[in-house]
Amino acid sequence: MFPIKEDKNKPIDDSDLDNIIEESITEGTKLEKKYSKSSLYKDAWRRLVRNKLAMIGLAIVIIMALIAILAPFIAPYDPTYREKTASQEGPSAAHWFGTDILGRDIFSRVLYGTQISMLVGVVAVAISLAIGLFLGAISGFFSGIPDAIIMRIADIFFAFPYILGAIAIMTILGPGVLNIFIAIGILGWASVARLFRSSILSIKEKEYIEAARALGASNTRIIMRHILPNSFAPLIVYSTMNVGTAIIVEAALSFLGLGVQPPTPSWGKMLSESLSYINTAPWLMFFPGLAILITVLGFVLLGDGLRDALDPRLKR
Amino acid sequence: MFYYIIKRILQIIPVIIGITLILFILMYVIPEDPAKLILQKGATPQALANLRAKMGIDKPIYVQYWRYVSSLAKGDLGTSYRYRRSVNEILAEHYPNSIKLAFAAIIIETIIGIIAGIISAVKKYSFLDVLVTISTTILVCIPVYWLGMLLQIGFGLKLGWFPMSGMGDGSIRYYILPAITLASVSTAFVARMTRSSMLDVLSNDYIRTAYAKGLSSNRVIFKHSLKNALIPVITYIGIDLGTLMGGAILTETIFAWPGVGRTIYLAILQRDAPVVIGGTIILVLIFVIINLIVDILYAILDPRIRYGGVEANY
Repeated sequence: MFPIKEDKNKPIDDSDLDNIIEESITEGTKLEKKYSKSSLYKDAWRRLVRNKLAMIGLAIVIIMALIAILAPFIAPYDPTYREKTASQEGPSAAHWFGTDILGRDIFSRVLYGTQISMLVGVVAVAISLAIGLFLGAISGFFSGIPDAIIMRIADIFFAFPYILGAIAIMTILGPGVLNIFIAIGILGWASVARLFRSSILSIKEKEYIEAARALGASNTRIIMRHILPNSFAPLIVYSTMNVGTAIIVEAALSFLGLGVQPPTPSWGKMLSESLSYINTAPWLMFFPGLAILITVLGFVLLGDGLRDALDPRLKR
Repeated sequence: MFYYIIKRILQIIPVIIGITLILFILMYVIPEDPAKLILQKGATPQALANLRAKMGIDKPIYVQYWRYVSSLAKGDLGTSYRYRRSVNEILAEHYPNSIKLAFAAIIIETIIGIIAGIISAVKKYSFLDVLVTISTTILVCIPVYWLGMLLQIGFGLKLGWFPMSGMGDGSIRYYILPAITLASVSTAFVARMTRSSMLDVLSNDYIRTAYAKGLSSNRVIFKHSLKNALIPVITYIGIDLGTLMGGAILTETIFAWPGVGRTIYLAILQRDAPVVIGGTIILVLIFVIINLIVDILYAILDPRIRYGGVEANY
């Protein structure tokens, strides 16, 4: 490749040097062109598309998101409309999933319930990410005393039973969607912080970070431009999985009467309302539960697939 | 080893202090006046003030916290606002029920989870393996309270095999449905872990050697692979025991199980701060201590951990 290797005895003159530089530049451009098509995320996407289960998961997530957005247009009834003559009717052509004790259409209520669940899942995880990334960055990047303090606080959050913590926070804040965001969001930050901290610790010592620092990049720039993009993979997997967990916890809180308040349709609330009628009207509890199961399944399958796609070494 | 254990025990102390502090602040923020809660409506302001002074809740929060912590150090969890009984007594009454349920769940998850995991690892990609994979995936996603309700309808109401709720005379029939519900998610995790850990071990050279020596596959699986494959699974089950003892709020609520999870939940709704704080502290203590034991056992099994080569927690 380099002319210098052809004849070691020949002294190098300026034109040779020019040749060497030029050749290595063209060689570099060729390599760049060859590999620019296969970045980490393009590779990962290709592996993800080949994974059938992950695609089923992605399809479920997309469909659920569409249902949440389009609920007002596709629901056959208003979710709060009470048809007085149709109380506790079983599934029929008019009411696909039957009606509840007040004569409200279960199908429409399940469709509208998607809105709260998807919203809580996404917003709560976003809050966990925001707090967790910030504290994890401080902890991993500056080490020492801030690290010790933040990680001990994280220990406290880990030792706290999750549901119990959520119940306690909801009791203090009072019921309501906004408070659910806060309760679930606050409880999830510790995992994000630990995850991000350990990524930073492993990336921090790499040469390219040293190079960036040598070039005079600020801490914020190093975190935002160099560390964050390189530690995205585990965070993406964690967030996807955790949207599912947040949906289950929201339903649990609403089930216990601490979450979304009536008449807003929420799957958890519908389940708790059905509790007194499981003898006479079992369909009341069946469909909201199934909706939770399918939605969470979507996020878990997608998360599993993302993990395999982003880190092929893990795949068996 | 000794220093490792001391270090881990010392790490627990700030966690415990932090939790008491957070719980205390949380319950203090609740705007309801405990004196009004106890004396009900119609109490004279004078009576309320007297009671507040007697309970010490007219003092600033740090004085109250100090008093609480110093009596906690003596093992006194305070007196319930609602029942006017010692919190120690209330918890001692309900805790055994939760522990029994947690053990029933652990037995189920260990037996079913490990057997399912072994089958699906040994018969990789067979029908049974696919069945185990699908059912564990579904079990992880199913909300426990919904599963509990389905079991109540199916086995309690329609088939009438098991009682739908309560603890009755405490016979084994009452344990079946709540224990299955409580064990559901963990069973799925145990099965998945056993499978992947078994597959790992089965791909080792010494397993090939064992087969080459002409050993039967039963002997290779049970004698040579299982012992090594189960180390991470046992660790998980250990930690899970700590979690199950504190995480049974939903299961206990659905099945009206007179355990500590339900007691704390009811106390939260009734704003009975001493029961909430006391109950949670005990739950967290048990969780933290079981984790400590698991960590120490792990350090004994795997020397890399105690020499700091591998961080156990992070």
